[in-house]
Amino acid sequence: MTELSRIRNFSIVAHIDHGKSTLADRLIQLTGTVSERDMKEQLLDAMDIERERGITIKANTVRIEYPAKDGQTYVLNLIDTPGHVDFAYEVSRSMRAVEGSLLVVDASQGVEAQTLANVYQAIEADHEIVPVLNKIDLPAAEPERVCEQIEDVIGIDASDAVMISAKTGLGIPDVLEAIVTRLPAPTGDANAPLKAMLIDSYYDPYLGVVVLIRVVDGKIKKGDRVRMMKTGGLYQIDRLGVFRPQMENIPELGPGEIGFLTASIKQVRDTRVGDTITHDKGGCDVALPGFKPSIPVVFCGLFPVDANDFEDLRDAIEKLALNDASFTYEMETSAALGFGFRCGFLGLLHLEVIRDRLEREYDIDLITTAPSVIYHVHMRDGSMVELHNPADMPDLTYVDHIEEPRIKATILVPDDYLGDVLKLCQDRRGVQIDLTYAGNRAMVVYDLPLNEVVFDFYDRLKSVTKGYASFDYQMTGYQQDYLVKMQILVNDEPVDALSTMVHRDRAEQRGRLMCEKLKELIPRHMFKIPIQAAIGGRIIARETLAALRKDVTAKCYGGDATRKRKLLDKQKAGKKKMRQFGKVEIPQSAFINALKMDD
Amino acid sequence: MDGELVAAIIERILHHWPAANDLEITLEANPTSAEAGRFIAYHDAGVSRLSMGIQALNDPDLKALGRLHSADEALRAFDIARGIFPRVSFDLIYARQHQTLEAWRAELSRALSLGLDHLSAYQLTIEDGTAFGARAKIGKLDGLPHDDLAVDMYELTQDLCDAAGLPAYEISNHASDLAQSRHNLIYWRYGDYLGIGPGAHGRLTLDGVKYATATPLLPNQWLDQVERIGSGEAPREIISKKDQAVEALMMGLRLKEGVSLARIRALSDTAVNKEKLNEFKDLGLITLDGSQLRCSAKGRPVLNGILRGLLT
Repeated sequence: MTELSRIRNFSIVAHIDHGKSTLADRLIQLTGTVSERDMKEQLLDAMDIERERGITIKANTVRIEYPAKDGQTYVLNLIDTPGHVDFAYEVSRSMRAVEGSLLVVDASQGVEAQTLANVYQAIEADHEIVPVLNKIDLPAAEPERVCEQIEDVIGIDASDAVMISAKTGLGIPDVLEAIVTRLPAPTGDANAPLKAMLIDSYYDPYLGVVVLIRVVDGKIKKGDRVRMMKTGGLYQIDRLGVFRPQMENIPELGPGEIGFLTASIKQVRDTRVGDTITHDKGGCDVALPGFKPSIPVVFCGLFPVDANDFEDLRDAIEKLALNDASFTYEMETSAALGFGFRCGFLGLLHLEVIRDRLEREYDIDLITTAPSVIYHVHMRDGSMVELHNPADMPDLTYVDHIEEPRIKATILVPDDYLGDVLKLCQDRRGVQIDLTYAGNRAMVVYDLPLNEVVFDFYDRLKSVTKGYASFDYQMTGYQQDYLVKMQILVNDEPVDALSTMVHRDRAEQRGRLMCEKLKELIPRHMFKIPIQAAIGGRIIARETLAALRKDVTAKCYGGDATRKRKLLDKQKAGKKKMRQFGKVEIPQSAFINALKMDD
Repeated sequence: MDGELVAAIIERILHHWPAANDLEITLEANPTSAEAGRFIAYHDAGVSRLSMGIQALNDPDLKALGRLHSADEALRAFDIARGIFPRVSFDLIYARQHQTLEAWRAELSRALSLGLDHLSAYQLTIEDGTAFGARAKIGKLDGLPHDDLAVDMYELTQDLCDAAGLPAYEISNHASDLAQSRHNLIYWRYGDYLGIGPGAHGRLTLDGVKYATATPLLPNQWLDQVERIGSGEAPREIISKKDQAVEALMMGLRLKEGVSLARIRALSDTAVNKEKLNEFKDLGLITLDGSQLRCSAKGRPVLNGILRGLLT
């Protein structure tokens, strides 16, 4: 157990490529945590694992021992969080396990959007923040200008920013000193009943579930019987330790310390991030405030392109879900696409990451259907149906009204782009709640329907603000609106996987855009193809994809036979990425790209 | 290539294989004045048909296509050839950068007035791995006709050539019945042919097995290999029955005369998708006369689409 006054817990906030990993490496190297010889291997391994774990691992920790200039040896715990703003909620949870942050900014590039979003998380978590300017040895470095920018844009004092070059090692001792002298020590009571926060957990094939914890009060030892206060789960601790960065067993962890435990926990699902861990006997009474569990808010269907891959897809999905409690799935059948799964995700990026992993790691070609939110369909008989999939929309004659989920969206944006952001929010049926300024940055708060946001809102926001906006949202509840199911007919046949729920007032525009998009996405066939959008039996938009007029190889002689045949083989392989609807072949990418709005 | 070399090659070929009485020997020649000076020697060596890569009839376009000759030079060379060889042909490329339909009409009409008996008219194709492909990739290839204009040019080519008595007997080749290129017909009818020089491909049936043959592309490599082992041939590849069916269909449908579906099915009865066959027949893209499968005039410009559909 380490004395509280000799512990410092911190995270590093940085834009990608601004030198976060190099700085972490240098800190570890300089403190001799890893021997010089093992250095590279050790750290790269740890990062490979992180990459391997993809998005499901939200935090990585390393414990460093540092003999400071005051003669004392300090224990420094670094929590490394992935930089995805899309997982802002996960980042914010990790931030709450530490007391301070290093804000690393490239001395020539300056503050970037991603830095902003993460540093606001740190500010919100009441962190003490030490600005660090990296790459000051480069000729293009402008430390003064960047310090000014940090003060203007972020609003924190940068007069005593630490100047370093993580690459050459310049200034690293100053960073270590700053961590000790400028970041606060944690507080806690070693004699109080055990109270530890579950920061995160991941599945390890050899150890089972590994749980990252931060002890707040009391002490935890190997062999202790502990209770998870939310889930009620009882476990005996098999292994207790810290990451340096490899796992190292330790007999005991006390207040302010960060480490891991294993306790024969079978699934990540059995642990809840933010849960309080205490002793089964003589435990604490009041749990930590905890976090709201991440619940899936975006749903879509995942179908194998080749129906024979269904069992492989089931295996792959089950394996992924083992390590990602926020991802849900259930079997689904579609008239057009056959057997597949209806899956729930935290957001669009989560969806894309899971889909990419299924395709890449498990080698399954997938069709992704239009993402949807959960609608509350209130029936005339007073019952309520949760609608996850527009294809399951009940017969309208029995429907009384439909409610959709709404969110409170907070957007921070430099005022140059404010007009575009307001227009985007208005276009997405938003209602402005608040608009305030801090320096030349505006903060806008909007009440928005989630279904207008799930798909490409964040992409559009990034594109209209050149990446300078940060965006966060929370669900606020359900609200009734005039919503209808819009169907798409290709060559006069409805394609259920392209059905979407839209607001009636926007249906024509949406329908027209989708038809136009599909006209570009579906390759020309040997015949002309009508593409229509319909509400019930009424056609609200129509496009015609003209027949193929010319596709022939001009020159083909003896020597070209082999080449041409191989080319045809390649095209045939490409055809496998197509799905047959009646006589029309639709590329799998069309199902998701048809919804991207460039408005 | 000098005349003596051409004579020596032809002599050696005739020494190895028996020849038909109406043997056609085609030589591909550059339309330059230097080459034209050798035409008599070629003819004396036994060449009976000369094919010239003229490509365009105006100088700026020839330059853009990377050709070294001028239009006048090419036309003079053609004039000389026509006086010497029983059969002459030349190549034109259309759908070039900034070309209009009217400009192509004028150019093709002028070509047809020269008294050709065979014309190859190719639509410019931008392929990866070529100089044009590289330029297209970096966006430096502007003014290419859009699809609809390219189709109009193709259709105009059919109309003008038909009127001049040179109907298309293959996608890009036009001739009267008597002047069709004999050796090219062998490729399209999927017969056997030998490819001997650098970069030449062949199809060869030995003991009932069909082989694809190839040789090194670079002349020096080819020469080295011939000197070392007495043959320029790379290892032969056996072509499976199914692939033979694919190649026969793909080559045969290029011809106006079409291809025998019975022959394709004898090679592989699973090679052709019956459903698509009927669908394309209903759409008027192909015709089936007994066993003879043909692309219609409407189907020929979309042959690749037909092949993608028909081949399983």
